[in-house]
Amino acid sequence: MADSTMQVELVAADRLVWSGEATMVIARTTEGDVGILPNHAPVLSVMVDGIVDVRTADDETWVAAVDAGFLSVAGNRISILSEHAEMSHEIDLERARHDLERAQAAGEDGDEAAEAAARAWAEARIRAAESRS
Amino acid sequence: MAVSLREYRARIRSVESTKKITRAMELIAASRIIKAQQRAQAAAPYARELTRAVSAVATFSNVDHPLTEETTESNRAAVLIVTSDRGLAGAYSSSVIKEAERLMEKLRGEGKEVAVYISGRKGVAYFSFRKREIVQSWTGHSDQPTYDVAREMSDTLIEQFLTEETGVDEVHVVYSRFKSMLVQEPTAVRLLPLEIVEGEERPSEEELLPLYEFEPSPAEVLDALLPKYVTSRIYFALLQAAASELAARQRAMKSATDNATELIKKYTRIANQARQAGITQEISEIVGGVNALADANAGHE
Repeated sequence: MADSTMQVELVAADRLVWSGEATMVIARTTEGDVGILPNHAPVLSVMVDGIVDVRTADDETWVAAVDAGFLSVAGNRISILSEHAEMSHEIDLERARHDLERAQAAGEDGDEAAEAAARAWAEARIRAAESRS
Repeated sequence: MAVSLREYRARIRSVESTKKITRAMELIAASRIIKAQQRAQAAAPYARELTRAVSAVATFSNVDHPLTEETTESNRAAVLIVTSDRGLAGAYSSSVIKEAERLMEKLRGEGKEVAVYISGRKGVAYFSFRKREIVQSWTGHSDQPTYDVAREMSDTLIEQFLTEETGVDEVHVVYSRFKSMLVQEPTAVRLLPLEIVEGEERPSEEELLPLYEFEPSPAEVLDALLPKYVTSRIYFALLQAAASELAARQRAMKSATDNATELIKKYTRIANQARQAGITQEISEIVGGVNALADANAGHE
């Protein structure tokens, strides 16, 4: 089993969100989506706001929303670091939608950078929450 | 005599109610401190991984980054002082401020202008009372700092650092390091320019860093990592300060409670003495009166 799975740690700035064994991790980096399989070569890459898919050894799928962070793979261990991260079952869909609306409203007032960041994070959460059904 | 006895009783009652308050605050601080420590522990994995990643990039690529460069254009230094929002924490805030004053004195000695940034109401009060300039302050979160506050601080400070001419050359942070429940040490560290090697928890020597591939490129990865690293360091400082504040408050309230107990004991003794003195006097008056009466009667017969 040691070779067909890898240790995954999904870490937010203030807590460890998820950790366990997995057979595949899909994340969105600045270069596009990457799928990481066990025994991947060491890599450090920058992620954008989006969702992270984790397939566990028992064929379960965990979905999490992450905001800009990075992932590092080394020695059959993958760490996904993000300032905010939420598992799909923790996300309050209503609130995420509300945040999205508010971000769009704020965007019209001119603060584009803040709007883009807030909107990307809200969209990531909505996508993650919708994928659970 | 009776007046002072009543006075003592009133004093005992007032000390008793003060004691109840300080005792409650002590217990609250004690329970919060555990939460604060848990928060600090929960933040540790992120800081550890981030430090590892940053040192990996720094080791395997010789990329110069503006955040690690020593500059001397503006001759100004920023100092972020982390104090508490509320008092009744003993010497907590004043010892941090004292440490900050020492640092600022040193910076001024080197011919630098000092720009003051403050977290916590106590620090703001200290500086505004002395009519000294504060560039920016953040308040209202000292015992439960969130990552977002840390990011706001780091964004502001990094922006100042990257601005040439009007910006700053160095950024220092002064906070209380939580060593144990009994020892909290005011500490000053230089945040920017970054010295990456000094991590909070360095990976052990045997644990060699693997040869990473960087996507999209080492420079861009470093670009994304360093600001996060700075934020994480500030967050670490805030969490340490929160734990220290609660520990200091618990200790201060414990000694206040002990002092109140002592006072109550002392006043009770004095009150008892006063009451006893009153009784003794009454008895001696009665005895004296009876004797006098007996003497007077004896004289008649």
